[in-house]
Amino acid sequence: MPDKTMLSAAVEARKDIIKMTAAAKSGHPGGSLSAVEILVALYYGAAKTDPSKPGWEERDRIVLSKGHAAPVLYAVLAGKGFFPRGDLLTLRKTGSYLQGHPDMHKVPGVDMSTGSLGQGASVSVGMAIAGKRAEKPYKVFAVLGDGELQEGLVWEAAMAAAHYRLDNLSFIIDNNGLQIDGRNSDVMDVGDVAEKFRAFGFYTAGVDGHNTDRILEALARDTGGKPRCIVAKTTKGKGVSFMENQAGWHGKAPSAAEAEKALAELEAYEIG
Amino acid sequence: MAKKALRVAYGETLAELGAENEKIVVLDADLSNATMTKYFKEKYPERFFNMGIAEANLMGVAAGLAHSGYIPFASTFAIFGAGRAYEIVRNAIGYTHANVKLALTHSGISVGEDGGSHQSIEDIALMREIPGMTIFVPCDAVQTARAVRAAAEISGPVYIRIARPAVETITGEDAVFEPGKALILRDGGESPDLCIVATGLLVREALAAAEALAAEGKRVSVVDIHTIKPFDGETVARLCAASRAVISAEEHSVFGGLGSAVAETLAEAGICAAFGRIGILDKFGQSGDPDELFDLYRLNAGAIIGKYRELAK
Repeated sequence: MPDKTMLSAAVEARKDIIKMTAAAKSGHPGGSLSAVEILVALYYGAAKTDPSKPGWEERDRIVLSKGHAAPVLYAVLAGKGFFPRGDLLTLRKTGSYLQGHPDMHKVPGVDMSTGSLGQGASVSVGMAIAGKRAEKPYKVFAVLGDGELQEGLVWEAAMAAAHYRLDNLSFIIDNNGLQIDGRNSDVMDVGDVAEKFRAFGFYTAGVDGHNTDRILEALARDTGGKPRCIVAKTTKGKGVSFMENQAGWHGKAPSAAEAEKALAELEAYEIG
Repeated sequence: MAKKALRVAYGETLAELGAENEKIVVLDADLSNATMTKYFKEKYPERFFNMGIAEANLMGVAAGLAHSGYIPFASTFAIFGAGRAYEIVRNAIGYTHANVKLALTHSGISVGEDGGSHQSIEDIALMREIPGMTIFVPCDAVQTARAVRAAAEISGPVYIRIARPAVETITGEDAVFEPGKALILRDGGESPDLCIVATGLLVREALAAAEALAAEGKRVSVVDIHTIKPFDGETVARLCAASRAVISAEEHSVFGGLGSAVAETLAEAGICAAFGRIGILDKFGQSGDPDELFDLYRLNAGAIIGKYRELAK
């Protein structure tokens, strides 16, 4: 049973995602809701970070390679105290530091500016090589979408991660099966993701991506010197009944009425 | 005068810098024998990372190293580093102002025999558009060494455009290399007939053209723009304002490179000198001996003189 702090952080993050995207009238709720437990597991469990010292050299690095899920990253960072929660409602507004896609120079706690898919994976390989070279104990975590795996750069990065034996690097795939134009399997089938990463030289594990315990367990395993890839099975739009498994909610913000309905569901979930 | 390849100077300087600064790391994409990063690799194998034939990842990994405190020099051919990997350079390096040095070799048609597919004629234009990107285009081996050293000192992304051939060295061993400062190689006096603004391998052609025209009694200034960005518009405007004619000269498309930078400067400063551009005229390159290609594409002293005669009519 995942601990209460993480369960409650996940519910709060989901509510924030709805409020932020509704206020912004744009953004990506579907893939943010699917990655909630992944980011909660990282920031509340697996990764060493310090909200009072976001640039701390020894910190573990977290790269949200699927940068369009910025709302979930901002929600979790605000929840951890990296910046005031009240600022979340400025998402995507002119002058706000909460850009549509994460900006490392604007947001405390963001380790890499992302948004152009595949690049976070590649950059995280560079960070992991740097950690090895400097003999620093920090770990590097990159969160990728499953649609993102269609980018060739991901596989260039994967090849390099295995070649340089980056056992300080973990890719976590938010495997919700959907992308803007529909199901991954219809748009461009990514096939057996774990099998592909195994073939590229990764230690792989498949987990329930909405169970922080399972994610943390998989992150704690010894990889035998290999980079790690966790395929986290998730539901796009998780936690909001009318958004679940709907590709249409990839990049569409809820209306005020829809947000109200979603928030009521999330409140009920919290109580239940 | 002795000839030396710019890329050899790059490789040698990089190996020297490796001894001076432990933060310098080098990445290549299976071309270390051509880009000459092999000199660094031989001395500091633990700080050399081959990314294989994967230029997009080369740039992403370099960004990750830069954001972890290292000073990565990322090398491949210009066509791949600036072209194929453009959007990774733009977003992972430019947008994040990563301290990556793109030392890209085999630029321009002086690549020669490999032909048009490998001859990058648009890299300066691509890199100029990226906010915060410094661009050096050295003209010879000595200037290349200076540019590489200067790049290591700059905080932020730098593109160094390194042509392939061995060329005669123009730059004196004691010459100063000041980033962002145009170098006046020849002063045409108070009201020159012509000011030639050149960069890279065309600097030697500009000097040869100036000498030939001087023999006819023309007063000619020659400016070496080793730093395309930030562009020393002030010096260019000052020299050109007094000149009757201005010619830009580069081994690059006339679109978006030095010729464009000079045109923008002249237009914005309201300078009405007759103006012409020497460069690649909306064409791809082709296979051939580099010198013969320079003749074929009109990238030589003769072409500069011909352009002057047109302008002076």
